[in-house]
Amino acid sequence: MTHPFIFFEWLEHQLHLHIGNHVTYTWLVMALLIMVALLVKRNIKTVPTGLQNFLEPVVDSIENMIEETMGHKGKAYFPLIATIAFFILVSNLIALIPGFFPPTANLNTNAAMALTVFAMTHIVGLKEHGIGYFKHFCGPVIWLAPLIVPIEIVGHLARPLSLTLRLFGNMYGHEIVLMIFFGLVPFIVPLPMMLMGVLVAFIQTFVFMLLAMIYIAGSLEEAH
Amino acid sequence: MEFFAWCVVAAGIGMGLGSFGTGIGQGLAIQKAVEGVARNPGASGKIMTIMLIGLAMIESLAIYVFVVAMIILFANPFTETVVQMLSK
Repeated sequence: MTHPFIFFEWLEHQLHLHIGNHVTYTWLVMALLIMVALLVKRNIKTVPTGLQNFLEPVVDSIENMIEETMGHKGKAYFPLIATIAFFILVSNLIALIPGFFPPTANLNTNAAMALTVFAMTHIVGLKEHGIGYFKHFCGPVIWLAPLIVPIEIVGHLARPLSLTLRLFGNMYGHEIVLMIFFGLVPFIVPLPMMLMGVLVAFIQTFVFMLLAMIYIAGSLEEAH
Repeated sequence: MEFFAWCVVAAGIGMGLGSFGTGIGQGLAIQKAVEGVARNPGASGKIMTIMLIGLAMIESLAIYVFVVAMIILFANPFTETVVQMLSK
């Protein structure tokens, strides 16, 4: 139960293709982001004008947040986290345009991002601490390890699951609530829900970004 | 047909129970955060960040219930078996 008319679905139908809404709209968001990035990159100035003026504070604030949460070591993971943040934000906000489907309202897109973060945390941990990374899973005292290790493993496996389901549930739930309100009263009444959609889009982006940062920072720090 | 009626009832009651507990939890978290900011307005930025993470964690409980409710309503794994049993 999503928007009754989805532009790319109609286009696919005309061209007799079967790709899936979330894939086509992921391509759209990717194209949008790459285009904006290339436009800004073309003429970077020391005194920013126009689009650069808008994007510079955004990038700057993400950089500051990474510095605050992860320390100066976290600077290396800025590209990953900023890319995820921009992608999620744009694909969440795209839901507010009629005829557009947010790629984040599909489990597959979110699972891809969450699994990337999950793999990244462990790769970072192994790279940073070598074989000593497994001390992270053993708890403070060595003879407690048989108790702690299963709990830690379950806790680590729950991370991608919760990251995926949180974003999916929020975006899909919002879509459904909006459609139900449209079905009941198609005038003015869905407007407050759309306003809440803007709020949800920003908060979910923030939460996903922050949790990705915290997970990576957790595997960066020393085991106790 | 009763099977599907009970599915709808289960989804509704589950969603209600899930959001009940989550609402209380989030309310308590926000109460403490507001008290903290009122006592020390300087720490509002940090409190806000931590509160948002906590709220997201609590909220995911309601989201799990929502996903289960959606599975019961739209992607029920037992639908085919029940329909086969009914058609006999």
